[in-house]
Amino acid sequence: MFSTARHSVLRHARTQLRTTHPTLALSHSQSSLTRLLSTLAILEQKDGQLSQSSLSAVSAGLKLSDSVTGFIAGSDAKSVAESSSKISGLSKIIYVSNAAYDKGLPENWAPLLQQNIEKGGYTHILAPHSAFAKSTIPRLAALLDTQQISDITAIESEDTFVRPIYAGNAILTCQSSDTTKCITVRGTAFPPPETSGGNASLEEGVDPNASCPTTWVSEDLQKSDRPDLGSAEKVVSGGRGLKSKEEFDRLMPPLADALGAAIGASRAAVDSGFADNSLQVGQTGKNVAPQLYLCAGISGAIQHLAGMKDSKVIAAINKDPEAPIFQVADVGLVGDLFEKVPELTEKLKAQ
Amino acid sequence: MSGLRILVPVKRVIDYAVKPRVNRAQTAVETTSVKHSMNPFDELSIEEAVRLRERKTVPVEEIIAFSAGPPKAADILRTAMAMGADRGIHVQVDEQTPLEPLGVAKLLKKVVEASNSNLVILGKQSIDDDAGQTGQMLAGLLDWAQATQASKVEIGDGGEVTVVKEVDGGVETVRAKLPMVITTDLRLNEPRYASLPNIMKAKKKPLEKKTLKDFDLEAAPRLKTVKVTEPPPRKGGVKVEDVDGMIGKLKELGAL
Repeated sequence: MFSTARHSVLRHARTQLRTTHPTLALSHSQSSLTRLLSTLAILEQKDGQLSQSSLSAVSAGLKLSDSVTGFIAGSDAKSVAESSSKISGLSKIIYVSNAAYDKGLPENWAPLLQQNIEKGGYTHILAPHSAFAKSTIPRLAALLDTQQISDITAIESEDTFVRPIYAGNAILTCQSSDTTKCITVRGTAFPPPETSGGNASLEEGVDPNASCPTTWVSEDLQKSDRPDLGSAEKVVSGGRGLKSKEEFDRLMPPLADALGAAIGASRAAVDSGFADNSLQVGQTGKNVAPQLYLCAGISGAIQHLAGMKDSKVIAAINKDPEAPIFQVADVGLVGDLFEKVPELTEKLKAQ
Repeated sequence: MSGLRILVPVKRVIDYAVKPRVNRAQTAVETTSVKHSMNPFDELSIEEAVRLRERKTVPVEEIIAFSAGPPKAADILRTAMAMGADRGIHVQVDEQTPLEPLGVAKLLKKVVEASNSNLVILGKQSIDDDAGQTGQMLAGLLDWAQATQASKVEIGDGGEVTVVKEVDGGVETVRAKLPMVITTDLRLNEPRYASLPNIMKAKKKPLEKKTLKDFDLEAAPRLKTVKVTEPPPRKGGVKVEDVDGMIGKLKELGAL
């Protein structure tokens, strides 16, 4: 009830401001109003380490209000909460210590979040658009009876958000009428906050200890010393043009190492078995926006472009001068990648 | 255990190969006289349901294809039936006011209860709104187990379901008992083409027409579209002659 009242007060105040002072700078009006909002950022951790993408949920939260509450659960939640308390902008961290939440199963996570959200009266729930959140937040939204807003790239106001649709071929601005807004954020659109300077207080959350019908059996994660694909500054990516897994493994890793880049792949390369599915860049894979996206043997289908066209600089090597990738590439080289990629790798190494 | 009663929701979307255009009024993407098809992830759902029947580990009692959408969504249901679904349910929804994922999930909950389904297989996302929510919302409303982004599904004869899921950085395996909601990832299977005889047979399969009123539901949207715009175009780049040119240009752009 409290949150509903607060919400309508805020909306009313905003509407008044908009109608009476239409030229008033939004940022100015926002600073006095945003204190009425309360945002909760869901922080993901694995083995005591906070995920990098979680920080984007905090950054997005800070665009809505001056301070954000974080939420952590798992067997080691208290110590992760302690080590996360320095993150700039976090005023409070709610933690629930229970090993039942270690595997990120949505069946017990959704009721856990629901109870803590209802208790705290949060107006905005933010999570990174990660595999965990993609699986959990919609389930939570259904329990809260709210229409989730997925993968936002910008925040226009407390109820208006921007997100790509149709594989990034259109940009939707939508306004939510729900009291509690469940939102997942695109990590590349919200640079992480400082991880020092903050001083969040810790508070133990409620633990409904909901039964979970699903058992976690195992996982098989790609081990790599390379930077994480989703947050890497540079990405090299290979497509169908590499012809085989052997060629992919022969040409791409040395190029990635020469640049200190993460490795990505097109769906064609993944479907043909050249690369692991977790490397897929595109509408159905990862979205990346690195400083440099260098791709070889990728034609540039719309589904692939959806995942990489926000990169700062795009470079492409392809033997087909008509390939659509050249329409978005800042630097294009028409040529045989089997010659050009090794040459590029050698020349980069020599520098 | 008794058999599987599988519900497969499918959506009619603009064909994946079509480049969508935003309309002049900036209210939506242009859909008139644009090629539409079944959402690619939903083809995988139908295929998986049919394969579960063909595998014969657990008897499949029925496969229902479901769609909520404009009159033309019936074509998509015929395709699903040509691929192997036994019957179709079409809830007609006005094209101008499509249901949001939460609305679809609420509708599906009623359909699941009416048809006594014990397994719902959905695509992980539709390629038009890219929300990726419906399956999880449905599982939440039903309080069923869920497994999203499945790349492998195995059902034992005791009704135990093992699902390999695509997650960030690799795969994860979970296990649950039926009833369950599963969403499909691209690697799950390779959908079959409907053969001409099967397309002909599908025309005779039952297709039930319903409205939201039949389910006592309203479709009031929670999200209002403020505007739809084209993404900012990228500036056309340059082509370089050789690798040295590429390195030089990348340096000039500050990318190296």
